[in-house]
Amino acid sequence: MEIQLRVRRYDPESDPAPHWEEYRVEAEPSDRVLDLLHQVKWYQDGTLTFRRSCGHGVCGSDAMLINGRNRLACEYLVKDAGTRVTVEPVRGMRVVKDLLVDMDAFWEKYRSVMPFLVNDELPADGLERRQSPEERDRFEDTSKCIMCAACTTACPSFWSNPDYVGPAAIVNAHRFIFDSRDTATEERLQIMADADGVWRCRTIFNCVEACPRGINVTRAIMEVTREVRSSGGG
Amino acid sequence: MSVRLADTPARPRVRTHELDAVVVGAGGAGLYAALELKRNLGPEARIGVISKLYPSRSHTGAAQGGVCAALGTTEEDHWEWHWFDTVKGGDYLVDQDAAEVMCHDAVETIINLEHLGMPFNRTEEGRIDQRRFGGHTRNEGEAPVRRACFAADRTGHAILQTLFQQCIRLDVAFYDEYQVLDLQMPDGPGGPVTGVVALQTSTSEIHSFRAKAVLFATGGFGKIFKVTSNAHTLTGDGVAIAYRRGLPLEDMEFFQFHPTGMYKLGFLLSEAMRGEGGFLVNGEGERFMERYAPTMKDLASRDVVSRSIYQEIAAGRGVGGKDFVHLDVRHLGAQVLNEKLPDMTGFIRTYFGLDPLTDLVPIQPTAHYAMGGIPTDIDGRVLADEVGRLVPGFYAAGECACVSVHGGNRLGTNSLLDILVFGRRAGIAMADEVRRAEAPVPDHAAGVGVAAQRDELLSRADGERPAVIRAELAEVMFSHCGVYRTAARLEECRTAVRALRQRAARLVVQDKGLRYNTDLADALELGFLLDCAEATVESAVARTESRGAHARDDFPDRDDVEWLKHTFAFRDAAGGSPRLAYKPVTITRFPPKPRVY
Repeated sequence: MEIQLRVRRYDPESDPAPHWEEYRVEAEPSDRVLDLLHQVKWYQDGTLTFRRSCGHGVCGSDAMLINGRNRLACEYLVKDAGTRVTVEPVRGMRVVKDLLVDMDAFWEKYRSVMPFLVNDELPADGLERRQSPEERDRFEDTSKCIMCAACTTACPSFWSNPDYVGPAAIVNAHRFIFDSRDTATEERLQIMADADGVWRCRTIFNCVEACPRGINVTRAIMEVTREVRSSGGG
Repeated sequence: MSVRLADTPARPRVRTHELDAVVVGAGGAGLYAALELKRNLGPEARIGVISKLYPSRSHTGAAQGGVCAALGTTEEDHWEWHWFDTVKGGDYLVDQDAAEVMCHDAVETIINLEHLGMPFNRTEEGRIDQRRFGGHTRNEGEAPVRRACFAADRTGHAILQTLFQQCIRLDVAFYDEYQVLDLQMPDGPGGPVTGVVALQTSTSEIHSFRAKAVLFATGGFGKIFKVTSNAHTLTGDGVAIAYRRGLPLEDMEFFQFHPTGMYKLGFLLSEAMRGEGGFLVNGEGERFMERYAPTMKDLASRDVVSRSIYQEIAAGRGVGGKDFVHLDVRHLGAQVLNEKLPDMTGFIRTYFGLDPLTDLVPIQPTAHYAMGGIPTDIDGRVLADEVGRLVPGFYAAGECACVSVHGGNRLGTNSLLDILVFGRRAGIAMADEVRRAEAPVPDHAAGVGVAAQRDELLSRADGERPAVIRAELAEVMFSHCGVYRTAARLEECRTAVRALRQRAARLVVQDKGLRYNTDLADALELGFLLDCAEATVESAVARTESRGAHARDDFPDRDDVEWLKHTFAFRDAAGGSPRLAYKPVTITRFPPKPRVY
């Protein structure tokens, strides 16, 4: 089948403003939107620029706004996208070139929440720390995050306030706040209690809809908010 | 847009970074090494990790089913049993002293990984849970054993996250989106290695990283094959760079085809699906693995299962007479699929529109893992030749390296173990070398060479597109140098690869800009793929026996008299066939026996 692919393109070095370009691409219904972009890049126009790696939804490189919604290009099939497909860069981040955005601030926010286990005491028996299946279940959902930024760049609170730490960073704080092995919960809750922390969430639920990993992002934010409150940070 | 470079060919502008140690690649091996470098050298040490991707995008994150260690948390197990399984799985091409180190270190390494924060699944007692995997047995082949530690079916993701996070904690310096294109070797092939040269993707600027020790942890090169589980970015950069610099590549003819790739797509459906009780059925609905491997059945080693699938298809027992068979996991039930195999269930729903609870899943063998690569000793030190001379300052670990612990065929879950054990050991050994080494001598010619390569590609007005050549390469490698090989097909493949190399001398890059020129990256990566393909097919032509993943129709038997040895391929600088040399296999405990599952 023939697909009409519209891509919002912009090279700040040479273009005065973003513009739309349209391509015609032959595809199978089982092909992914990433395949369409590759067809263009490899055989029609080598200047089209985007990030990608694994091609099957686990590395988080290719979050884009496709047909009006944040998705991974490698996880969205032509049979679902239809014969007219529109692709734009994710919103709220500076466009560097075509579909590729500046991720620096996003990674800075990730780093700001202390996204690592803190516990310098080792078990006396020299074995692993014990953790029950129930204790592990508390952070199972948020441990799935692949840092694709689909949630943060779908969040109206982030669009209106770029200093908001954003859903992705809170998800990664949740990952450790609810890990029974971690000893830095208080520090992390203080970070979350910042004016640009959890309070910016307006429970709009765009993040839940955008997450390609099926993480219940808003619930994670609510759980962190509750911990901040009960620790006196609110 | 025209090319505007502020530098001249004779004296390109190069940004210089002085570090203590440089790690190239931010997957599990690279990150564990960086962590150990920081732990051993202290917070002041200048440790840099260079990656062409953001670290969390590395392909370690795509590994699914598990990482093995004889912890014995759910049933009796011993690291010596694991050692035997690894040697047998590798069809006795494994260096047994190296496999001993890996299987012994496994236990301590997995415990250390848990201490770093790894979110392993747990038993009711709170210990690390374990499950079955192909080729892992109790007491040297009696029955399957639970040896694979896991985090649902995203074990690699959890490992990658854990190591990246701890590197952040220890303030490792990350150079994200820099593509390494050469080593600095001022004195030529014997070394020492004194740094690397990289292209910064965001600017196309040349950067010289000087260091007292350099680790390549750059991953595999599965993109030489058409149907592969590998990421688009797995183009063998580090392997090809070492080869171009006159260093040998070991056992390149051994490439693993994983039995359960998603039909046509190539992505992996974890062996854990069979570990949890799934099985393969042919077009007649028969559980055919019972005929090929009476004891281990669907949990025989991967090369055995992949060949069995090919034989079923060749006998006309593929599904609907086509080139695939079915994976049946319907009987596992919703709880096992949702809790232990959630990502696999998701893949099947997303890409096939099937429900694994009610539908059979179409699968075919997919190019998955390079057993071969840059030869190293058990501490990641790179070997300059088959007699064991070392290259000062140069280390390799992970899939780009060949220790050799996988021999002719790697066991499932031994790849994650390999990156952890040998990434860690390389980091410790590098720290020791950094303490003793003198300031590195720069190799200015390397920077000039990389700049010339960049400028030539950017300035050429017409030629062939990289994608065209890449597609032809992947097609011929998959059909002619795949699961089954013959002299005739390998000769055709070798001729085809040579012709493609010549065509690739005149590639055209359409994007002439300097910012995020991913078209330029495509062209550079094709060059790496062609080098890896050359070493693979040339090594395969020479090996006239069948062993592990290297199966020759015309030489169906293993030949221990002639071929119990490792291949070392050296590139011919004049453009001819590589020179092949051989090194004996180290056998310390397990004499070669017929391999039956």
